[in-house]
Amino acid sequence: MTISKLCSVLDAKVLSLPDDTREIKGVYIGDLLSWVMGRAKADDAWITIMSNINVVAVASLSDVSCIILAEGVELDDDVIATAKAKFINIISVDKGAYEIAALLSREL
Amino acid sequence: MSEVLNFRFLVDGEDFTSAGQASVKVKKNLRQLGISPETIRRVSIAMYEGEINMVIHARGGVADVNVAEDYVEIVLADKGPGIKDINQAMQEGFSTAPDSVRSLGFGAGMGLPNMKRYTDYMDIQSTVGEGTTITMRVNIE
Repeated sequence: MTISKLCSVLDAKVLSLPDDTREIKGVYIGDLLSWVMGRAKADDAWITIMSNINVVAVASLSDVSCIILAEGVELDDDVIATAKAKFINIISVDKGAYEIAALLSREL
Repeated sequence: MSEVLNFRFLVDGEDFTSAGQASVKVKKNLRQLGISPETIRRVSIAMYEGEINMVIHARGGVADVNVAEDYVEIVLADKGPGIKDINQAMQEGFSTAPDSVRSLGFGAGMGLPNMKRYTDYMDIQSTVGEGTTITMRVNIE
């Protein structure tokens, strides 16, 4: 599934989408950054409620296809600017992590 | 063996928000050298975990990345407090990070285990009161 499709499936608010043809091959849910780096796979969509600047670095280094902020979490403007500069996709969805994952499981 | 390429970074111990800049830079450099994405991923995550540790515990340090023909070596050296019990520090979930760091999503006690997980070789030399040097290698497939 492409990230464009994912946005429509989740009715997402786009915060940073520099790489909109990126494919999503799996999902990882977690807020502890080292767990994410240890367990998420490349090309996963990463669902989290963490919104500090470090999520951009973690997404970049883990090579996940996008960050999905659950519960409608918003980002500071400087985090959005960094994400765009680092080519990291971030969307916000006004649903809980379980509901988001359940919607994605029908598509993957 | 052909010559070894070296990249050296100073890790700023004061600035938590810029932690990871060296790792992201290394990622970019390794990509330009044509190294496989999975190898780059392993190197850059291991290095980021090390960088974060130096920021949390040691007020920064120096990171050297050496790219040889068949491996990438990361050497992280700091003059921090040292690690009292390395076996304990290597256990998943063991952490001495302060709450302020945990609220950012770090300090889960997974840093050193991740460094071990993603590298083919890891050595920790640490003296309490003097500092820590960690050497890691990831083989290039």
